[in-house]
Amino acid sequence: MVQSLDTLVETASQTGGPYVHIGCIPTFAGLGAVYPEDLGLRAIEDGAKGEIITITGEVIDGTGWAFRDALLESWQADASGKFAGQEGADPLVNGFARFAADKETGLWTLRTVKPGKVKTRDGRLQAPHISLWIAARGINISLHTRIYFEDEDNSEDPLLNRIEQRNRVPTLMAKKTGAGEYRFDIHLQGASETVFLDI
Amino acid sequence: MSDLGPLVPRRRDMHPVPFDPDYKTSVTRSPRWPLLSMESTPSEETGPRFGHSLIGPLDNNLILNWSKDGTPAIGERILMHGRVMDEFGRPVPHTLVEIWQANAGGRYRHVKDTYFAPLDPNFGGCGRALTDEQGRYQFLTIRPGAYPWPNRANDWRPMHIHISVFGHSFGQRLITQMYFEGDPLIDRCPIAATIKERSQLDRLVAPLDMAMSRPLDFLAYKFDIVLRGRRQTMFENKLEGM
Repeated sequence: MVQSLDTLVETASQTGGPYVHIGCIPTFAGLGAVYPEDLGLRAIEDGAKGEIITITGEVIDGTGWAFRDALLESWQADASGKFAGQEGADPLVNGFARFAADKETGLWTLRTVKPGKVKTRDGRLQAPHISLWIAARGINISLHTRIYFEDEDNSEDPLLNRIEQRNRVPTLMAKKTGAGEYRFDIHLQGASETVFLDI
Repeated sequence: MSDLGPLVPRRRDMHPVPFDPDYKTSVTRSPRWPLLSMESTPSEETGPRFGHSLIGPLDNNLILNWSKDGTPAIGERILMHGRVMDEFGRPVPHTLVEIWQANAGGRYRHVKDTYFAPLDPNFGGCGRALTDEQGRYQFLTIRPGAYPWPNRANDWRPMHIHISVFGHSFGQRLITQMYFEGDPLIDRCPIAATIKERSQLDRLVAPLDMAMSRPLDFLAYKFDIVLRGRRQTMFENKLEGM
């Protein structure tokens, strides 16, 4: 026998199901004003410092279908690389947003500020990125990934440099489609399956 | 002793399998290729915080929070309560817990739910609360009904309440479901069965808690939630300027 560890095991995940919107964005789900407004409506407030950008995309299943019931959340630093709550962070950057695929088109949109570089624990600089979390019916444990930007210098990013198959790196790159506009599609399966993270 | 270190890596074998043919929607929505594993960074170790100003007085009372005239929701009145803690047993205070559920007849208030159990005009089906200093939370609600769903030819969901928890780190983000002690549908449910480690499924089943029930008013069910922890040793690399 040995001593017993007094650590606990994380509670098991379960799918958010088809009605995840009822709990997370009830106004969007049609419940009316149960809360004054849905949580995470805005990643930034008016006047946030930095380049204001809009990212649009779809969440696409293994058949190629952009499904309509995905719920997404994003978390990011402000333009100087500081997270909300840290000393010196831009008070107009919430950093957190919650948004859904459109019920008709499957498109989602995130309006935010382009984040600055954030250091790793050992002091290396990560390229600008937005952390993304995806919940939906059929997803038993929610998926983490990141949005990077094709028009930034990503050459030294520690996470991107861990991807062995370099042909998969573009799955994490938002494509510039116009001034301040980007496209980022998420593929759950297939030849262009997005790199998902265990981090 | 020192700053909080990285998040403890997730034990994927303690979670549901992403791909499970008995839960048909998971077949086309589960990644096929391995996840990219890496030590957490501040992007995952930080996370949104929400203040008490967010929470309205009835937000954790689903019996009344959708009622227009104070008429309570129909169903078996229950208290759902528990603690949010991390893998080291430390309480997770001031974190947002959100829940959603079907009504007593097993019907969600959602345009896509066409089950012929009736809607309850006084029940919306969502609530939220912040944990206190000890990580405790409470909801007053009604026990949701079981319901059939389109999967295999005759699948039924056991009675359950969906739960979303933030923790303090974006990497702790968790959605799960609470089941009820004694429900024979749990062992027939393909969604519950995506969890292959039996002890982990058992931990999603809330026991009846008579000590916390209120005589002549409500029964109580206890549901504790464990989120990923952060290592805390004297030997962590500290982040510059943090």
